[in-house]
Amino acid sequence: MTLPSWRRGAVVASFLLAIALVIALNGRAERGTADSDTPGFHFSEVAHQVGIDFLHHGPTLDRKLDNIAPLVGALGASVSVADVNNDGWPDLYFTNSRFGQPNALYINRGDGTFADSASVAGIANVNRPGEGVSMGAVWGDYDNDGLEDVLIYKWGYPQLFKNMGNLRFKDVTVAAGLHQWMNSNGAVWFDYDRDGLLDLYVTSYFRSDIDLWHLKTTRIMENSFEFASNGGGHRLFHNLGNGRFEDVTDKMGVGSKRWTLAVAAGDFNGDGWPDLFLANDYGPEELYLNDHGRRFVLSRVGLENDSKSGMSATLGDVMNRGRLDAFVTNISEPGYLFQGNNLRLNFLPELGRFQQAAEGALVDAGWAWGAQLGDLDNDGRNELFIANGYVSADRDKSYWYAMSKIAGANGNVFEDAKTWPAIGSASLSGYERSRVLVNRGLTGWKDVAAAVGVTDEYDGRAVALVDLFNRGVLDVVVANQNQPALVYKNSVTPGNHWIEFKLVGTHSNRSAIGAEVTVETSAGRQLRIVDGGMGFASQNDRRLHFGLGQATQVDRVAIRWPSGTVQTLERVGVDQLHTITEPGSPR
Amino acid sequence: MLKHTYALALRRAEPILQDGWARLGRLDPRYPVSFLITLILVLGEARYGILGGYSRLIIALGTSVATELLLSRWLRGRFANVASAYITGISLALLIKPRADLLWPFALGGFLAIASKYVLQYRGRHLWNPSNFAISLLLVAAPASVAILSHQWGNELATNAVIWCFGLLIVSRVRMLHVTLTYVVCFIVFALVRIWTVGGPLLAEIAPITGPMYQLFIFFMVTDPKTTVSTVRGRMIVAGCVALAEAAIRLAADYHVAALSALYPAPPILALAIVGPLANVVDLRKSRVVPLVSA
Repeated sequence: MTLPSWRRGAVVASFLLAIALVIALNGRAERGTADSDTPGFHFSEVAHQVGIDFLHHGPTLDRKLDNIAPLVGALGASVSVADVNNDGWPDLYFTNSRFGQPNALYINRGDGTFADSASVAGIANVNRPGEGVSMGAVWGDYDNDGLEDVLIYKWGYPQLFKNMGNLRFKDVTVAAGLHQWMNSNGAVWFDYDRDGLLDLYVTSYFRSDIDLWHLKTTRIMENSFEFASNGGGHRLFHNLGNGRFEDVTDKMGVGSKRWTLAVAAGDFNGDGWPDLFLANDYGPEELYLNDHGRRFVLSRVGLENDSKSGMSATLGDVMNRGRLDAFVTNISEPGYLFQGNNLRLNFLPELGRFQQAAEGALVDAGWAWGAQLGDLDNDGRNELFIANGYVSADRDKSYWYAMSKIAGANGNVFEDAKTWPAIGSASLSGYERSRVLVNRGLTGWKDVAAAVGVTDEYDGRAVALVDLFNRGVLDVVVANQNQPALVYKNSVTPGNHWIEFKLVGTHSNRSAIGAEVTVETSAGRQLRIVDGGMGFASQNDRRLHFGLGQATQVDRVAIRWPSGTVQTLERVGVDQLHTITEPGSPR
Repeated sequence: MLKHTYALALRRAEPILQDGWARLGRLDPRYPVSFLITLILVLGEARYGILGGYSRLIIALGTSVATELLLSRWLRGRFANVASAYITGISLALLIKPRADLLWPFALGGFLAIASKYVLQYRGRHLWNPSNFAISLLLVAAPASVAILSHQWGNELATNAVIWCFGLLIVSRVRMLHVTLTYVVCFIVFALVRIWTVGGPLLAEIAPITGPMYQLFIFFMVTDPKTTVSTVRGRMIVAGCVALAEAAIRLAADYHVAALSALYPAPPILALAIVGPLANVVDLRKSRVVPLVSA
């Protein structure tokens, strides 16, 4: 072989090798990396067994949207947790989204079963023509009477129900000054001015002047797939303490026009004031930093780039740094789009910004919706539960190609719903399985969903974590769009310890929403926050659960109450729930 | 007075502009095209953060240029002009949108794009536009890792208008305007045929051509002088055939033909990858050109 032909042969071989490498690396991306360790927990789906037979019904909208009705109407399944009757057992509230279909309040009987009491309680039949349909609910004791009240956010008029006790609720929306039409998919209770009263932030997805059942125009869709700014117009309601709320949106500077799907509140910069984190569809995430309760400042903190199809705002201490990080789900579809999930590690106090840290199994979870961080195996590290799937219809037809036709077009083309190709019976990222990711430290996050018994392919929306049976383990409740709700009962391998806290505010709001608890053991420290709504269309148990691994003693517990009071407890007993009341005389 | 000054300035500028225009026409086509793709890169990154990380650009560009230098020296004994590799590297950085944490598609894509020029030859000419080859290969062979640029361009008319103005100006000076216009006209005609066949909103079928993938396709791939056929007529026929193949792929997608689903994310790019080399082979056989050492 002459030298040139030998060289040419080497180039050809390298070329073929590179092609083989492409195929091999893609195969690895497809399969993910195997997890050699056996997960220390396992789920059994027990919804029907425990008496929860909730079937969600999606909205039926104006006929002008018929061509894309399955897409537009693919929201509304939600779940939120609250101890509605103060019996020490967490109850579940599911929303429905079709006129005439009731919401459900499953009261935990304490014997492992549940009974729907929404109708008796007066919070079932809220989906009515002219008033809109439910998209989610958040619970909080807005009047500090010791009973959890509920705000149902809707495509329509939101509804605030005051808990009157004895499982009776009263609609106080109009009296509270909240009777404003919004097309909302998220809301959060938080006390932004630390006056001890829960305030309310309600986001809008579609613009608030749109009535989705009586459209005056079909120009209602986003005007950009990554930089849309023609969304709803969110509202911040300040709790005046007399049963009324004042709209302070403009005064406080939080009227984002993004297409917000989820909102969560937490103190990211450590100044003691709760900030607002928005996960936006068709746009970058947003962080509104709270300037001492006087105003909010939309801040450039490293959220401007990366994926821009935010679906869920999940807060948690991802790396056990005693810091509140954020996980935002996004959309991935092989060949078409990789808007990976964003894991925003919080470096605000040091660097003034978040650091994107999603990689491996964390990045791609399909068309992901609700997600929650929680210690599912009590080993002292967080796991992630992610619900997936958008529209599951005909398995052999996909709408991805049709959607790709208009995705790159100019905004004024696809802003008009009637220019969208008809979806017909096609699926769009349908039949996707939920993900359960465990944190394996240096080797990264591994998906163990199948290994732990999570195999459903429903169109998951909302995820809530709750110690449903008061056993010291976190169970998972999933609300699915147009499909049955699921209850994954958790069985944790014995050996690990845990501790739980129920906080009762005195100076702070009674629900203690916004309180941060840091637990320190020999293995490190962990932070949890009492949430007033988090994830997508969901709210977790407000009792905080910590796995402790092998630690048999908690060295120190630091509670930072929403009022600013810091309480420290030492040598706290493990494997039990502690009810802690905020120190100092009540208001 | 102002009017007079303006007219005077215009008169003085006119020969300079004419001279510049003529010089542009005489330039190696790779230079104005390099300018255009740099403009797109700067505009896209400044306004929309289109790259998704500078590491992607560095790897794609670095690999492309390094491969070009290495292979040209290794196989031909001299370093090649890297303008073509520069265009390829930037095209890959702009067009490939992989899973967020992956960088290998840029490295392997850059290598495969440039190496294809040296490996996949017929009568001394390479057959595929380098970035078209690499992107097509990645899309078909690695769909779990790689997607194509689709909507990451802000969906704004003004930005598109700037690209189209400069694009049309430059392809006209490099004498490839007929290819661009033929393709665009054929695309629209076939879009109408598809609507007539399967129905659906007119704008949805026309919309793709206003997207960023098409801007790069129309101005950098289908017009690549090194991989187009030798005659004007022939190039127009090839452009029409590419549009026809694309229409066929789109029709298959409309009817959910599963066997061809790998082609659906980027119909024009894959249509060119199929039609382009075939046309070049036919052209080379027909014209019996003297083997050309490709840059």
